[in-house]
Amino acid sequence: MDFTLSERDRMLQKSIREFAEKELPPRMDRMEETGEFPLDLLDGLAKMGILGVITPREYGGSGLGHLARVLVLEQLGRICPAIPMSLEVHHMCIYGINTWGTEEQKKKYLPALADGKTLGVFAVTEPGGGSDVGGTQTTARLDGNDYVLNGRKCFITNAHVSDIWVVAAMTGEGRKGMSAFIVEKDFPGAGTGHVEDKLGLRGANTGELVLQDCRVPKENLLGGEGNGMSVALETIVKCGRTGMASVGLGILNAVLEEAVKFANERVLYGKPISRLQAIQFYLSDIYSDLEIARLLAYRAGWLLDSELPADAEATLAKQWICEAAARSARKAVEIHGSYGILKEYPVQRLLRDALVTVPAGGTAEIAKVVLSRQAMS
Amino acid sequence: MEMIVCIKPVPDPKQAGKMTIDRETGTMIRRDIPSVINPLDRHALEAAVQIRERHGGRVTALSMAPGDALPVLKESLARGADRLVLLSDRRFAGGDTLATAGVIAAAVGHLGTFDLVMCGDETTDSGTAQVSAQVAEFLDVPNIMHVDDCRVSPDGDLRLRSRNEEGAFTAEGQTPMVVSVTADINEPRYVTLMDVLDSEGKEVVVLSADDLPLEESWIGLEGSPTRVLELFEPERKSRAEMLSGTPAEQAAVLADRLRRMGFRNG
Repeated sequence: MDFTLSERDRMLQKSIREFAEKELPPRMDRMEETGEFPLDLLDGLAKMGILGVITPREYGGSGLGHLARVLVLEQLGRICPAIPMSLEVHHMCIYGINTWGTEEQKKKYLPALADGKTLGVFAVTEPGGGSDVGGTQTTARLDGNDYVLNGRKCFITNAHVSDIWVVAAMTGEGRKGMSAFIVEKDFPGAGTGHVEDKLGLRGANTGELVLQDCRVPKENLLGGEGNGMSVALETIVKCGRTGMASVGLGILNAVLEEAVKFANERVLYGKPISRLQAIQFYLSDIYSDLEIARLLAYRAGWLLDSELPADAEATLAKQWICEAAARSARKAVEIHGSYGILKEYPVQRLLRDALVTVPAGGTAEIAKVVLSRQAMS
Repeated sequence: MEMIVCIKPVPDPKQAGKMTIDRETGTMIRRDIPSVINPLDRHALEAAVQIRERHGGRVTALSMAPGDALPVLKESLARGADRLVLLSDRRFAGGDTLATAGVIAAAVGHLGTFDLVMCGDETTDSGTAQVSAQVAEFLDVPNIMHVDDCRVSPDGDLRLRSRNEEGAFTAEGQTPMVVSVTADINEPRYVTLMDVLDSEGKEVVVLSADDLPLEESWIGLEGSPTRVLELFEPERKSRAEMLSGTPAEQAAVLADRLRRMGFRNG
């Protein structure tokens, strides 16, 4: 068993770190204030190869795979977790199209999702619920050469900053009644609704998609009629949960750095508070959470690259890491004392960001149901 | 244009605070501090890559360093160098700037004809700023330091601007020459994921002392006239004295003190 990162992985980690440290901080205040994704960053993300990190090279990506994706999202999340939040869903759109798309669909949409013109969307959740995928109400009815879609999708990351959406809708009844479609923002009847005003990850756009007699050409059916459940579940579990785990991992990096920095700078009783055992115990807890998170997230990425079963591992990584990010961010706020609640200190933002990751991509409770099945198998 | 860029692995300047000095041996303790390519060398590399992009040619990154520095130095390939040449030999260890410049000049000669050798003005670890001038002397070609602008004219001559604390001058000259650059010359580009991938197929050459026309007495400790007598951390003296009274009274006391310390109006 080899736990070392390859030379390539270490180099890409370093290059993304440098990019993130320079490009993200100048945009973060505005992201916090407005809750808007910084669209002027898209070109840089494309040039760096970040948008297309899991896109095969023949479709305009760098094709580096899932472990590389984890490393990239971690480094971006270390500075600004809202960015990898948006990107992880963008990658889900790519994953869905690359895994189930026809050659024509891949040629048409994958390069467009790597070149910086737009982010992608992967839309399953509806007002009726997200974890209950089978309860989807949006319908798709075949009419001539088009499917006609009707329904609303909510809590959709990138809803208002994306031109290309993968959308789940019911073409029939039951498990085999769901199908997936590639919908372009400009198709007749496609629109956006409400923008959510979130507690954290504020620079990641979240909102509603509205499909009102939306006409989608038949050739935009993704993965064949009746396979929508597989498209949705596999993408959410493998790509989505590994991505969310990476966002949480990025947050944990930042949490430890901020906690250590403050503990070394803050002097009480004539010495830095990092010399106090009570503070050392907090730092030890945060450090442990970060190290375990890294092992879980990297393993999930490695399993996906190795084409080994990863459903339980990705779910475990997502659930454990996002909870760890929230509890460690809380401890970092404690270390800061009253400074921890001031907006000029990043720890309060990290706590808010971490809290948003917990229910994203499936609540902790849903994850536990999945893990209990694994435990009993 | 055939260009050689000298690069050096140095302890990451962002983690300089972790650096300590072993008082007994008088050496720097660098363990736990990862190495990076010397920041100014990245500017030199970027300058060379930009010249190649406009005028064609080849960029070789050249470094004298222990073999374990190779992964760090390979970043030069992702930054656009066409090949990396590492000069690595236990016998090079302990070399001062003169011995180092001798090895680099021998390697430049060994690699064939060249138009331009580029360096960063100085390194963040030793900061002597001597090597580029010494390399030029060994190669018997002109040397210009503190370069913040470097252009190639249509006839292939170089037009360089050099800036120091007294001003700037512009020089024109024919290649070959050795140039060292400041951080103002350019903003090194980001290394993209595609750059990382593309760097993997590029040529890496490792040369030892035996591959180069060098006398044993020119290299390593033996070839180094410099003797470091002592390496120490400067004593930190900071004394703060609080002045009291009204702002006007405090200003008067402060002005008086400054005058007595030798500061004069105008």
